[in-house]
Amino acid sequence: MQLPLGVEVPIPTFEQFVFIQVALLTAVAALAVVMSRNLFHSALALTLTFFGVAGIYVFLEAEFLAVSQVLVYVGAIAMLIAFAIMLTRSMMYGRTSPLNNQWGKSSLFALLFFMGLLAFARATPWPSAGEPVVADEALIAELGREFVTTYVVAFEVLGLLLLLALVGAVMLARDR
Amino acid sequence: MQITQWSDVLSGWLMGMGLPGWAAIAIVYGVGSFILINYGMLSVLLLIWITRKAISRMQDRIGPNRVGKYGLLQTVADAAKLLSKEDITPYQADKIAYNLSPVLAVSGVLMLLAVVPFAPGLSGVDLNIAALYIVALGSIGIMAALMAGWGSNNKYALLAGFRVVAQLLSYEIPLVLAILTVVLLTGSMRFGNIVEIQSLHVAGFNLGLGWLGIVMPGALIVFFISSLAEAELTPFDLLEAESELIAGFHIEYSGMKFAMFFLAQFLNAWILAAVGVTLFLGGWQGPGVGLPVIGPLLGLGYFMIKVYGIYVLQQWIRGTFPRIRIDQMMSFAWKVLVPLMIGLILIQAIIQKLPTPVAIQYVLIFIANVGVMAVVAYVLQKYFREEQIRTKRSFEPKSLIGAMQVSDEGTMY
Repeated sequence: MQLPLGVEVPIPTFEQFVFIQVALLTAVAALAVVMSRNLFHSALALTLTFFGVAGIYVFLEAEFLAVSQVLVYVGAIAMLIAFAIMLTRSMMYGRTSPLNNQWGKSSLFALLFFMGLLAFARATPWPSAGEPVVADEALIAELGREFVTTYVVAFEVLGLLLLLALVGAVMLARDR
Repeated sequence: MQITQWSDVLSGWLMGMGLPGWAAIAIVYGVGSFILINYGMLSVLLLIWITRKAISRMQDRIGPNRVGKYGLLQTVADAAKLLSKEDITPYQADKIAYNLSPVLAVSGVLMLLAVVPFAPGLSGVDLNIAALYIVALGSIGIMAALMAGWGSNNKYALLAGFRVVAQLLSYEIPLVLAILTVVLLTGSMRFGNIVEIQSLHVAGFNLGLGWLGIVMPGALIVFFISSLAEAELTPFDLLEAESELIAGFHIEYSGMKFAMFFLAQFLNAWILAAVGVTLFLGGWQGPGVGLPVIGPLLGLGYFMIKVYGIYVLQQWIRGTFPRIRIDQMMSFAWKVLVPLMIGLILIQAIIQKLPTPVAIQYVLIFIANVGVMAVVAYVLQKYFREEQIRTKRSFEPKSLIGAMQVSDEGTMY
């Protein structure tokens, strides 16, 4: 498309158009998490952010990862955060401000961190697949096989960690 | 047999008309979601009518019979009444959470319809991870309940919201484990594949009776029980015990928002029945679905008959079972269903690694299911007998000495 000023405006393809929407949703929701005065609204916005990230996974044709993301982050972690906020009474009525007198310094550091990440992302030679990978049952089966062969130690350690957390939770919750 | 999806046929036809690929896909999925969402919304009218008629018959009443033939349009009249009601927002309610929650509850359930396979080649989308998708989207409903409980600015609603989350999360685990047994056996999470595996070919003719529920009755029963709890149906419906808890987390809702929670609940019961039928009762499989022209129609008919049959069974239970206490409900999930399912999955995984033909594995899995169920039934029966003795003792007076005196007339004071 040619504007009168002679500036070339790229017309997004259909996929780019969808991606922009999903990415905007994720970014706005992430901003709402830190900007909201009401902590419960922050938790809701965090849930929306998780959905947006799942959308980006779908976009990358990693459906299994996307659904796992929804299952784990929305189904468990967001719920846990919402519970924790609801049970701490003094924090839940939006009287607290998300800003304190260090917001200037921290935003500077956040910006620096973002610049570093951007530089890192631009400098890394990403392997680009020639053709889109077909997500199929075979891929999920391969993922499962990798978990119990190549990454078996990490997998087992994670399982052990979760077991310890479970035992700890039972210890805390039992009535004496 | 290669089954062509309706979406491939339609998008191929549209592209043949000269449309670009993305436009064809957008139109096809638009048409699919339009049909599915409208089907979901309209079928709730029928579901509510079935519920009211079935329960009235069980309670020796007639049920709705004034509006329309057999009272079929009663729900339409009720919906019109609810639309005309005042929409009340409680004082100091959290506006965002309060207004968003009914929408989320309905949309979370409607999104599940996308993967239900109605007939050969007729499902919204044949996802390769459909089983996981069903489980993951259940969390939207939980989130909606939590938001409703929180947003209403009512402590009873909030407490009920907590209880909803506790119940739904607890019963999600046996549900997922029951789905996992099917995934383990079929090696696929695609509903299309899971249904196709359940065919039974005898002399080249598809009888369609190789249902996984026959091979794994234990997993089927656990799935059914936990789907009752997930759909908030009796005996697990103390989330909305109308007479005791005045409807739990949606106590503050009125008018159409209230109706939306009910819509979500009825549709959720139907969809869980549909998932159960897909996984365990053969989906659209039945005698003669392999036939060229009438096969898909027969499949749709079989699927609908099975799903509505299961739905009526759910309502039958709703009309006859008492409600159980929350502590009984939680301990039943964690102490009975979860260990049972973990045991079943362990045994099944070992059996599937045995160097035997598949038919013998199926027989072994059947024996393992029946065996595990028998053990659980025996343990439960022993437990309940002890529990009965314990409760009987706790109602007797601690010490009888001096507590009772027999008078001259022989009556006790």
